[in-house]
Amino acid sequence: MHWQPCADFESNTMTIQTDKNSSYAEPGIGGMVADWSADKQNFDLPWGKLMMWIFLLSDTFIFSIFLTGYMNVRLSQTDNWPNASEVFALEIAGVHLPLILIAIMTFVLITSSGTMAMAVNYAYSRDKRKTVILMALTALLGASFVGMQVFEWSKLISEGVRPWGNPFGAAQFGSTFFMITGFHGLHVSAGVIYLAVIARRVGRGYYEDKGYAIVEITGLYWHFVDLVWVFIFAFFYLW
Amino acid sequence: MSETAGQQHPIGIYLKIWALLFVLSLFSYLVDFFHVQGYLRWSLILIFMFLKAGFIVAIFMHVAWERLSLKYVLFVPLSAIVVLIALMAIEGDYTFLTREIFFDP
Repeated sequence: MHWQPCADFESNTMTIQTDKNSSYAEPGIGGMVADWSADKQNFDLPWGKLMMWIFLLSDTFIFSIFLTGYMNVRLSQTDNWPNASEVFALEIAGVHLPLILIAIMTFVLITSSGTMAMAVNYAYSRDKRKTVILMALTALLGASFVGMQVFEWSKLISEGVRPWGNPFGAAQFGSTFFMITGFHGLHVSAGVIYLAVIARRVGRGYYEDKGYAIVEITGLYWHFVDLVWVFIFAFFYLW
Repeated sequence: MSETAGQQHPIGIYLKIWALLFVLSLFSYLVDFFHVQGYLRWSLILIFMFLKAGFIVAIFMHVAWERLSLKYVLFVPLSAIVVLIALMAIEGDYTFLTREIFFDP
């Protein structure tokens, strides 16, 4: 049995839709296509930039959920939480420095954010050479950040820190540490590859006709990685 | 795509923010270095964190110069995260209080 709109309904809709030029005048699949492709732009941005913002918003939720999960297990565990200041301390030239590697990693990432911001400026000035140099420098700083993270992970693993336990205290320390910093490190690694690909294309003049919004979009991703680190640094390492 | 939609700002402002972020990071490191404890520690950490995050988002990510419609897209959904944090903080405290260790004879 087919569903049939009654005569009243039919005439009713006809009286509402007086504007025949509106996409609403067209029924069915054609109408849906007309609706979705209608001239209704909300955001005056390059589409790629808007999509990057939407992606970063979703990524914000992922990292927020990780950090909230960390807060939850830290509040509800009954063991002693390891003192991050001492766990991440290093002896440099015989001097005992708490948290020093993390501080250096923070400075490296902030510096890479600064070089990225400058790359965006030079890209819009169509200075390809400076853009490529600054993007390559950003990628290099990002790669060194990942390198220091590898060092940090190996050191902790050799000291017996595991996702299911560690010699310093609460077992949840290891699981949250590897999950949060691992996911962030993955983002940095992906960002280094992303930067390298875009820098190479900029150098080859791929964006001469398209415009250089892509560098700003890449920059958004990179600054976001730095932004996430600010929260991880505060909540995981300093708290 | 027209270049007018892009965000181009003087290099000087980036260098200033860069220096500011350095100083703020140094301050948060010093909080740990000098073993500041208790509420002072937590409030200092949070102040420096929000200042750093704010400058990165506003200047480096250019949100300060974006239109209000985009700002709303970015910031209104974050209220859901605030609710989640509040709920999970309550839940974490509650779980802690129900731990068997407190009921051992």
